[in-house]
Parts: sequence; C-alpha cells; structure tokens
Amino acid sequence: MKKLMAIGLSAAMCVSMFAGCSNSSDSNATTTAKSGNEGSTSTALTGTFNLGLIGPLTGGAALYGNAVKNGAEIAVEEINALGGVQFKLFAEDDEHDAEKSVNAYNTLIDQKVQAINGTVTTNPCVAVAAEAYSDRMFMLTPSASSTDVTANNDNVFQLCFSDPNQGTASAQYISDNKLGTKIAIIYNNSDAYSTGIYTTFKNKAAELNLEIVSTTTFTEDTQNDFSVQVADAQAAGADLVFLPIYYTPASLILKQAKDAGYAPTFFGVDGMDGILDIEGFDKSLAEGLILLTPFSADATDERTVSFVTKYKEKYGDTPSQFAADGYDVVYAYYDALTFYANKKGSYDVTGVSYSDLCEIFISVFTDSSFSSNGITGNGMTWSTEGEVTKAPKAMVIKNGAYAGL
Amino acid sequence: MKKMINKSTVTSFINYGIVIALFAVFQTLSATGNLSRQLTGLLIPICAYVIMALALNLVVGISGELSLGHAGFMSVGAFSGVITAAALQNSVTNDVARFVIAVVVAALIAAIAGLIIGIPVLRLRGDYLAIVTLAFGEIIKNVLTCLYIGVDSKGLHISAVSEEALGLEATGKAIVKGPMGAVGIMKISTFISGIILVLIALFVIQNLINSRTGRAIKAIRDNRIAAEACGLNVVKYKLIAFVTSAAIAGSAGALYAMNYSSITPKKFDFNTSILVLVFVVLGGIGNLTGSIIAAIVLVALPELLREFSDYRMLVYAVVLILVMIISNNQKTRAFIGKIFGVFKKKKEGEDN
Repeated sequence: MKKLMAIGLSAAMCVSMFAGCSNSSDSNATTTAKSGNEGSTSTALTGTFNLGLIGPLTGGAALYGNAVKNGAEIAVEEINALGGVQFKLFAEDDEHDAEKSVNAYNTLIDQKVQAINGTVTTNPCVAVAAEAYSDRMFMLTPSASSTDVTANNDNVFQLCFSDPNQGTASAQYISDNKLGTKIAIIYNNSDAYSTGIYTTFKNKAAELNLEIVSTTTFTEDTQNDFSVQVADAQAAGADLVFLPIYYTPASLILKQAKDAGYAPTFFGVDGMDGILDIEGFDKSLAEGLILLTPFSADATDERTVSFVTKYKEKYGDTPSQFAADGYDVVYAYYDALTFYANKKGSYDVTGVSYSDLCEIFISVFTDSSFSSNGITGNGMTWSTEGEVTKAPKAMVIKNGAYAGL
Repeated sequence: MKKMINKSTVTSFINYGIVIALFAVFQTLSATGNLSRQLTGLLIPICAYVIMALALNLVVGISGELSLGHAGFMSVGAFSGVITAAALQNSVTNDVARFVIAVVVAALIAAIAGLIIGIPVLRLRGDYLAIVTLAFGEIIKNVLTCLYIGVDSKGLHISAVSEEALGLEATGKAIVKGPMGAVGIMKISTFISGIILVLIALFVIQNLINSRTGRAIKAIRDNRIAAEACGLNVVKYKLIAFVTSAAIAGSAGALYAMNYSSITPKKFDFNTSILVLVFVVLGGIGNLTGSIIAAIVLVALPELLREFSDYRMLVYAVVLILVMIISNNQKTRAFIGKIFGVFKKKKEGEDN
C-alpha cells in the first residue's frame, strides 16, 4: 500500500512537471465581445490579430500599466465593433521589473501574439526590446520614453515623446513664452526618465541662455520630504521651478512650497498628468501649474469626448495620458494594418508569423505617406529611429481643471 | 552493509545528481522542441537564483550569521561582470572565454567587498552582520545609481556626474548609465554555463562544509565559547564562510546580468535579498538540497501561475503558507520519512 502511494505520488509529480511545460495558449486572454455587424465595412483587411500587452498590472507602477491596458481594451472593443479585422488583446503583468518583463514577453510568444503594445515602463522595455530585436517581434511602446528603448532596435517604435524631445521642448517653451528668468530644477536622480529629461533640458537651457539657479535631486527612497529642495529654490530666488518628475512627488513639492510661502510658476512634463486625480489632493495647490502633455481629458474634440465617456463608464475613472497612449497604440496598429491591406488590395492577418509582420510594420511605420490619428495627437508620423512626431500641447491648471494654453 | 559510505558524501552526490538530472531533462525537452518559450527564458535566472540560495545558505545555515544584503554582492558581481565583458569585447572575441573571465572577475570583486565588510563586522557578536549587510545592499544600490562608466580605445572612463562627463571618444560607448543601469549588454550566459556554475558552487560549498574548516565553522555556530575554548580562531573561520559566500553570489550576479540586455541597480534591492532568504528558509536552513528545490520552485511558480492573472500573487502566497505548514507538520514528515524508509529497506535488501 505504501509502495503504491509512493509510486502514485511520484507519477503525479512527473505529470505536474510536464503540465507546466505545455503551452497554455488562449487561457488568459483578455478578449472582447465580437459585434454582430461583421463584414459590413468595405475594408480590405480581414482576420484576427493577436496583440500582446506588457505592463505593470500589479506593484508600485500598476497605475500606469492598468491605464494602458484599459485604454487598449476600449480601442480593441471599438475596432472589433467595426467588423472586419478582429483584435485580441493578451495582457501580461511585469511588475515594473526587467526580469519579469522578459518572462511576460516569453509567455506572450507562447500565446502566439503577432506584435506588442508595450512595454509601459522604460527599464523593462529596454530589456524586452533586445529580446524582441533578436526574435524580430514588432513593438510599439505607449510610454517608454528613453532613447535607449529605440537605439539600435529597428523594430521598436514609440508613441510617446522621447525624453530628449520633452526636455528640449520644455526649455524651448519656457524661453519662447518668457515664463521665467531664474529657473530651479528638482528631479529624481534614481529614475532614468527624470534624469533623461533633466540632462536635455539643461543643455537646451544653456543654449537658450536660460539661467538655472538651483538644481536639487531626490531618489525614490527620499521622496517623502522636499523641504531642503524647496528651500534651496526659494533661497536662490527662482521664479520658475521645473519638475521633470511623476505627479506623486510633485504633489508634495507643491504642498511644501505653499507651506513655505513660496509661489513660483511650476512647470511639469507628461509625468505630471494625473495630479488632479490624486485622492485627497487639494486642487488649489496646483493652480497655475503648467505641463507639457499630449493628452487632456477635458479636450472637446469628438473622439476624446467619446473615449473619456466610455472610460468613465467602464472603469469609473478619468483616463490619464497613459490610457490615451494605450488606446492610440492599438489604433496605430489598426491604421498600419489597414494601410498595408489597402496598398496590397486585400490582406488576411490571421496566423501571419510575428517576424513577417515585423517587417511589414517597419515598412509601414517608416513610410512617409503613413500617419495615424489618435487622441494624443493628429497625424502622428514616425522616423526610422522609431521616434514619433506630433505636436506637444501645453496645459495649465485653472480652477481645478486642465485648460489649454 | 559492509562498506560504510559517509552520509555527507551521499548527500553531496544526491545534490550533484539532482542538478545533472534536471539539466538532462530540460536539455532533452528543449532539443525535442517540447519546452515552452516561457520556461526556456526561465532557465538561466533559475540557475542564478539557485546559486544565490546556495551561497546564502552557507552564511545563514552553516555559519549561523544572518545576511540581509546578499543582493548587494550579486549587484557588485553583476556590474563588475558586465563591465569586464564589455571592456574585453574587442580583445577577447571568444564568448565562452569572455564569460569565464567576467565571472571570475565578478567573484573576485564580490569577495573583496565581502572581505571589507566581514573583517570589522564578524568580530562582533549579535545581529551586527544583519544590520551592516542590510546597509551594504542599500549603499551599493545608491552608489551604482549615480555611477557612469564608459569604454573607448583609451580604456575605461568613470564618472559620478553624468554621461557627458565621461568624455568618451566618438567610437566609445557608455556601459553603465547611472539610474538607467547597464545597457547594451552582450547576452553571453547560456543554460550550460549556468548549470556548470551551479555545480561549481555546490562543489565549493559542499567540500568546504565537509572539510576541517567546515567543521570548525559549524562548531562556532553551535557554541562559540566552546569553540573558542578549543582554540579555534572564530573571526577567521566566519570570514572564510562569508567571503566564499560573497564570491559565489558575485558569480551568480554575473551569470544573471549577462542573460539580459540591461540591468538596473534597483533590481538588486532589499526585496531581492529577502527573496533569496525566503528560498533558504523555505528549503530548510543548512539544507542545500532544499535550497536548490525551493529556488527552482519559487522562481518558476509565479510565472506558471500567470493563468490566474490578477490572483496569481494571492495564489503564490497561499502556496508559500501551505509549504510552510506542510513541511513543518509532524504527520507529513513521518509520511515522507516512511516513503524514504521503503526505498531504504529495499536498498538494504539488495545489498545483502
């Protein structure tokens, strides 16, 4: 009897080991409902397109990953409702960790995805991009903004502005609009995004003769108190504080500046987007805050309004720029596939290998006549380096809401 | 039974056997195309974590000290390995040779770091090693976060300010870019090299444990005063265990880093140290076989649980708790003991 049990147990162990090795193809797909009016559109594009998504769905950066995923889901629903080509979204979590991100990427390959919407955050994206480059998998990242993501990888494209572009654009904007003469900068020197923008901003500022009077830093471990940084900016007499950081630490800086009786102009970049949605945040603190961001949930054009309404209905939340980026990536894929299908006459995307699709996407995205309209920019075009060209929008916070400048 | 084989020798060979058997299984699966992409990608990280667990077990289990900063040694090894490999890119064209040199350099530098920490701290009694290693891990993380290193025809350039301050030639390239970490790493780690490193780590640790030195280390762990009274040099033996462990952790770091195209200092934080400690505790303190199995299972588990999507971390936690309860339950232990008892009796029967 004991022997039998022992044999049974070891057999069970063997089975479980092999079960772990098998491909689990569609089991955790985030599919969306198909609509009834299939075939009613005249598009030459048909078939099913499997789109993978990698982002932090849990952990400290989960806000960004989930926003991208939610945005992408709305876009997939809309596209599927048009009939014709059907999109299937496969989302995998990477916890904002390079190792987990590569694991997620490998899982997506097992699930037979044909291209990737991701990854959401920069450091994991660099690691995945290298894998994708050797596999020939096409990637369009919604929000990984470092140039390291696209450098030497002809298959990786960005939908967001790259860090250098944001830094230069900010300096240019401040100089053009004479927003300040003495500039203070507070940035996160443990973060690639923040450091990247700071470096290019500094160089461009020197070129434009903007005077930087105070530069102070913080790290993720010390972002609970900014009294030193704020006091330094105040003592140097800065009339504009440039904050190339995410909104959580920024909200604290605004608070501590107010407590210190210091009221310069604050200037942020796209990471600042979402500051008004922080729970318990006193919106009056952000009054007059200027930020460069490609998306505003308060825009009045038809598409943004429809997106924001759907998003609020489905997720009970105002979409951030990340959600809009995720939405636009899916449409960029749709536009690219349609562009290719129209050029070819007809195209069935079902079961095309990712490496074949990669070459198609590279040729389409770098095609000078290709452009994609999204809610983060109209007529987006891409360079061969994978950088996007679209107009940055400057927003100012007035009466507790974003307003165009 | 006529010939008595040393029990510890048997355990040692069981450990080698487990590693080689796993290698054979995965290599066959991968050669026949039955290994999913997901598992293929996990093989090298698993090897690295197994080595880390073995290294930490030497400190925690054998020498009886608590180290909360082993990820710091992994980090030192990872970055020194990557820098060495990048600096030798043009002079050593053979990938295997470059990998070996990088791992050796990584182990040496991590050993030096271990020596620097160990010399003052291991003289003290109590929890000082835990406190200092905890701080060490954080210090390493913060130092690497503001470190910029580049290489060009003139050699290595180091700066703590920015990438531009390196003053690289046009053909030079930055290897370590502050918070961005090391980017553009050549991926030269392979599963075979990982397995060989695991075997080397096992060989070093097991032979150390079963030697005169190892017995001295264990004697100090069990009763420091008695050991001192026997004339053992406590600091020396503790240092031997700690530095060996640091060197092995450094080689694990190099293996890990050269499997990815980019690594960041942030990866090797307190959480990673604790993760490795969890492998050791769950596998059984002082039990090398347990460490190997725990590391494999706990690295692979969250990935294999991806099917549960949002609930996977919850399932993972439940599995951890179950393992803890079951492995400490008298009845299950007795049951497992009986299973092994059946095999043992059979073997003895065959011998006679």
